[in-house]
Amino acid sequence: MSAANTLRADLQLIADWVAPSSRVLDLGCGDGALLSWLNRHKAVRGYGVDFDVNNVVRCVQAGVNAIQGNLETGLAEFEDQRFDHVVLSQTIQAMHNTEQILVEMLRVGREAIVTFPNFGYWENRWQILQGHMPVSETIPYQWYNTPNIHWCMLGDFEALCAQNGIRVLERVVMNEAKRIHFLPNLRGSLAFYRVARQTA
Amino acid sequence: MSDLTRSVGIVQAQTAVFDTPLHLASGAVLPDYQLCFETYGTLNAARSNAILICHALSGHHHVAGRYTPEDKAAGWWDNMVGPGKPIDTDRFFVVGLNNLGGCHGSTGPSSINPATGQPWGSSFPVMTVPDWVCSQARLADRLGIDRWAAVIGGSLGGMQALQWSIDYPERVAHALVIASAPKLSAQNIAFNDVARQAILTDPDFHGGDYYAHDAIPRRGLRLARMLGHITYLSDDGMGEKFGRMLKSGDYQFGYEVEFEIESYLRYQGDKFSDYFDANTYLLMTKALDYFDPAKDLNDDIVAALKKATARFMVASFTSDWRFSPERSREIVKALVAADKEVVYGEIESVHGHDAFLMLDEPYVNLMRAYLNRVAEEVSA
Repeated sequence: MSAANTLRADLQLIADWVAPSSRVLDLGCGDGALLSWLNRHKAVRGYGVDFDVNNVVRCVQAGVNAIQGNLETGLAEFEDQRFDHVVLSQTIQAMHNTEQILVEMLRVGREAIVTFPNFGYWENRWQILQGHMPVSETIPYQWYNTPNIHWCMLGDFEALCAQNGIRVLERVVMNEAKRIHFLPNLRGSLAFYRVARQTA
Repeated sequence: MSDLTRSVGIVQAQTAVFDTPLHLASGAVLPDYQLCFETYGTLNAARSNAILICHALSGHHHVAGRYTPEDKAAGWWDNMVGPGKPIDTDRFFVVGLNNLGGCHGSTGPSSINPATGQPWGSSFPVMTVPDWVCSQARLADRLGIDRWAAVIGGSLGGMQALQWSIDYPERVAHALVIASAPKLSAQNIAFNDVARQAILTDPDFHGGDYYAHDAIPRRGLRLARMLGHITYLSDDGMGEKFGRMLKSGDYQFGYEVEFEIESYLRYQGDKFSDYFDANTYLLMTKALDYFDPAKDLNDDIVAALKKATARFMVASFTSDWRFSPERSREIVKALVAADKEVVYGEIESVHGHDAFLMLDEPYVNLMRAYLNRVAEEVSA
């Protein structure tokens, strides 16, 4: 059960960005921990989306409304601008249609929150220099069985946003629950972005 | 963890007689009628733990348990309804009924029309899903149930659950809409019409008044059921079960039963035509065809669902091509657009449309988790 009052540090950072009583869509919601916490502490309304029926069941057990669906095929179930926040937490690097989901998120929502493991983190770079693909706490897979197919660093993600008319509202880079301000693309293992459509 | 073996045990059907005329969508009026129903579990003091089970095309009020210990078969949803089962009769008061127009004890075409002393036959009015829901609401009144903790149905039953949430928003806390659709597609209607044609063109049909001729349009009913059965199974499921298996091991170069699938379908058709009423079959398929809660709202299903205050669980099955997952997603999309709370599960299954009556594990888990939430809300 995810009825715990403490959230994982990275989810807590996302939760802090969510306005009380807002509408939230959590893509790749897993067991519903984030939405369950937001329901109870910020009275948000919304849905989780997950590909795995077992996660839908876990969400129901946590009191979260989850809709089983495949993010790769877009967000056809959701009309334009239905949500205040659309969250995609540590999933974008595992998606085929990376650009499409980013665009879809800002079609159905006013703001998107995207988090991903920063491939530019120095430990990753160091492992590459040593001749191996990185394996770490945030990247716990071997190259041959990883679901992660679209790695990026901070600059890459920001370039993709710019290319799609998306503006970065806020960026936080963390390493083991600590915020990194100095040399974030080198010292940060996890990146958090709050983005929105560029105003015309 | 899950105890699916216990049963509600020996049950008894009850009858409720209504003498308030029922005004139907067709304009016809049913002056009086009776509804056959069964209940399982105990209604709590607050009368808040009641669940209504709506049946599909060939279903009835005998949802769970047996009438005698010798009964070979239990009720049609005995695997889902009972003590410790997902629709837990230790926590809920469960009501199953036979819909009007049925042939299992509720007033229908084979009942005697008090005005003539003869079976209704062809003069029995066509029923719609909203007509049924209205009659079910009267049964709820009779049982002292102001508000259902949940209304649950698969297929045509799911349409009734959806209609309940629209027609009596204040009387439904949760609607569980399983393997259903917001309305039939042209293909669905086409299948229904072939089934109806099989019955209507049977020489023993006598325009629907076969009772007076001591006849039964058995051939038509049998064909209708065989056709229906094909659409309830998936190609893969059928292939897995029967493949190209032959009864006698080799081709006979004739038109007798050769393939196992032929044998199975004929058996199902024969069995069905022994107990089911052809007029009821016609009526049920029409109720399916007519179901369209958005029809009077410029086809705007979102507008129709805006009225609902229930929370929803929608479920579909991957191999169901009669009411495919896409159709359930239409319901989900409309519910989201109407700003309703909804849970949606798309269950991996080889059982086709019939999967809603089976026990694929994720389906059981989803039902159990959702109904546990319902029970906790009413402290059951």
